[in-house]
Amino acid sequence: MKLSVNYQIALTHILTRKKQTLVAALGVTVGIALYIFSNSIVVGVSTYSKKSLFKSAPHIRIYSEDQLSLPLATSKHPQQIPVLINPQFANRSRLILNSEELAKDIASLDFVEQVAPYVKVDLFLKNGKTQVKGVADGIVVAEADAMFNIAGTLLAGSVQPISYAPNAIVIGKGIAEKLNLRLNDQVTVVSSEGVSRRLKVVGIFSTDTKDLDDSKAYMNIGTAQKLLRESPSEITDLYVKVRNPDSAGYFSTQIQQYTTYKVEDWQTSNAEQLAQNKMLGTMTPLISFSILLVAAFGIYNIINMTISQKMNDIAILKANGFNAGDIIKIFVSESLIMGSAGTLAGLLIGTILVTLLRNVYIGPPVGYFPVQLDGDLLISGSVFGMLVSVGAGYFPARKAGKVDPVTIFRK
Amino acid sequence: MYQPMKNNVVLATRSLEKYFHDPVRFKVLDDISFEIHTGEFVTIVGKSGSGKSTLLYCLSTMDTNYSGELYIQQQKVTGQKPDTLAQIRNQSIGFVFQFHYLLPEFSCLKNVMIPALKLGRLSYPEIEAKAYDKLRMLGIADQALKDASKLSGGQQQRVAIARALINDPAIVMGDEPTGNLDSKNTAIVLDMFRQLSEEFGQTIVAVTHDNDFAKASQRTIEMADGRIVQVLNN
Repeated sequence: MKLSVNYQIALTHILTRKKQTLVAALGVTVGIALYIFSNSIVVGVSTYSKKSLFKSAPHIRIYSEDQLSLPLATSKHPQQIPVLINPQFANRSRLILNSEELAKDIASLDFVEQVAPYVKVDLFLKNGKTQVKGVADGIVVAEADAMFNIAGTLLAGSVQPISYAPNAIVIGKGIAEKLNLRLNDQVTVVSSEGVSRRLKVVGIFSTDTKDLDDSKAYMNIGTAQKLLRESPSEITDLYVKVRNPDSAGYFSTQIQQYTTYKVEDWQTSNAEQLAQNKMLGTMTPLISFSILLVAAFGIYNIINMTISQKMNDIAILKANGFNAGDIIKIFVSESLIMGSAGTLAGLLIGTILVTLLRNVYIGPPVGYFPVQLDGDLLISGSVFGMLVSVGAGYFPARKAGKVDPVTIFRK
Repeated sequence: MYQPMKNNVVLATRSLEKYFHDPVRFKVLDDISFEIHTGEFVTIVGKSGSGKSTLLYCLSTMDTNYSGELYIQQQKVTGQKPDTLAQIRNQSIGFVFQFHYLLPEFSCLKNVMIPALKLGRLSYPEIEAKAYDKLRMLGIADQALKDASKLSGGQQQRVAIARALINDPAIVMGDEPTGNLDSKNTAIVLDMFRQLSEEFGQTIVAVTHDNDFAKASQRTIEMADGRIVQVLNN
């Protein structure tokens, strides 16, 4: 079976006006290439920022939230309003009670990949007269390392000693520089509870995030508990890693049903940064879409012009038994050919641009420019390109379908 | 009033009437009734404005804005949907226009083939062979692969006739088929029509100014002011 006659006619029209076809197709090419390019950047940048977020922040964090003291007397009648004088945060402590049970319950949920206990201590690190304010995470090495790959960020030393040596500490690069500390040096830490310990630096890490490098330290979970003057079973945070971080919000409401402690997903704790990503993600497709719209007008114009030049041909075809649908098919096929050629070239050029950008070195902490080109994007790009060109061709084609051959022949 | 038609009636009208509304209401066709039989060569003559072209466009099913009834091959055509009419034109009617009207970007062969490709009854090679046959019959097979726009007027008109014949239509309709040709080509085209009628028994209805053309036909319908004023059997 050869091509349908409508399509043959469309193809002949296209081939006899290559230049115009090329111009129309180029419009689509630019639109699609830009669509691919800009969306790859948006996806790449937001993936990058998410990744750098997850370097130290968990998908879901469970902790004991500060609570206001409750009124001493409750109201007996609906009209009565209990008044609380001198409200205060009335937490007994920041600890999560019965944490082992809770961790086990959460770990058994099928969307949860891992649960890690944490003891967070605010402290000062001192060496001689210099001191740095920091936060230490008391960790179970195996679990924390599996969640955040601490070992992968180490510049020197090892994270393993933390698991067996109560006096081991791993510190950030910034702390090490400020306190002039090297591997195996001693450092004095003083906790917010006033407990002081002398610890040995067994590792120095660098995460590309200055804030972390300047303030973060890791130590044995037992040591951290002692710095807080707590018993070895008490912890301050449970970090939860879920299988699909993007659904963390939903998962956190699920987990909330198991506990009265505060369950916070990463989206809530990083709302500001996410909002920025969202703005970028909204704006960029809009820009590329407007370019595509301009391309659509290009196609519309050319099909329109072709039709007005081909009024005679349309009348002849109709006299020979082509109906309105056939005429529409002819001209829509023409715009589809232009559109698909343009889209294909656009996908190609977009991919090339993305590849070029991927090799642009930005410098630390980012490294190479974060771009990410997903198959989805190529598919949505092609669908957009085709839709726009079919739409642009359809309206003039419909007009051509309505041409009355008699009025043409009478002229 | 309806009268049963004889089997060999290929085209019939019953009281066709048509008005033009612009610039003023004007009756362009008035009570046109006639029958054309299989194999007949009929010409419609008349002065400019007599309504003969308008009548042809009504007969061709392209103009549907009339009252009265039109039958093609015993089937009532009046009131059919546009797509059905297009199919009737494709299958049963072949057109030859005054201004050749070939598709300029296509070869002569392709021009001839297009109505048959649209009909889709034969395979591509069969259609190609058939188109060559028609072109050979009209003596222009050697021009088959040239672009239609490269041919002389007379040659183009012969290609147009070949195109009109490709689907073996019940009726060939001509709108001043020799109106735009020099005397030599007029003679050739006239010969073609005569040959088609005499040798192949092709039913032909043509509007013409040309007296020679009219004389070559078997029957001449003369129109004036939208009415049939005279029917001559030559």
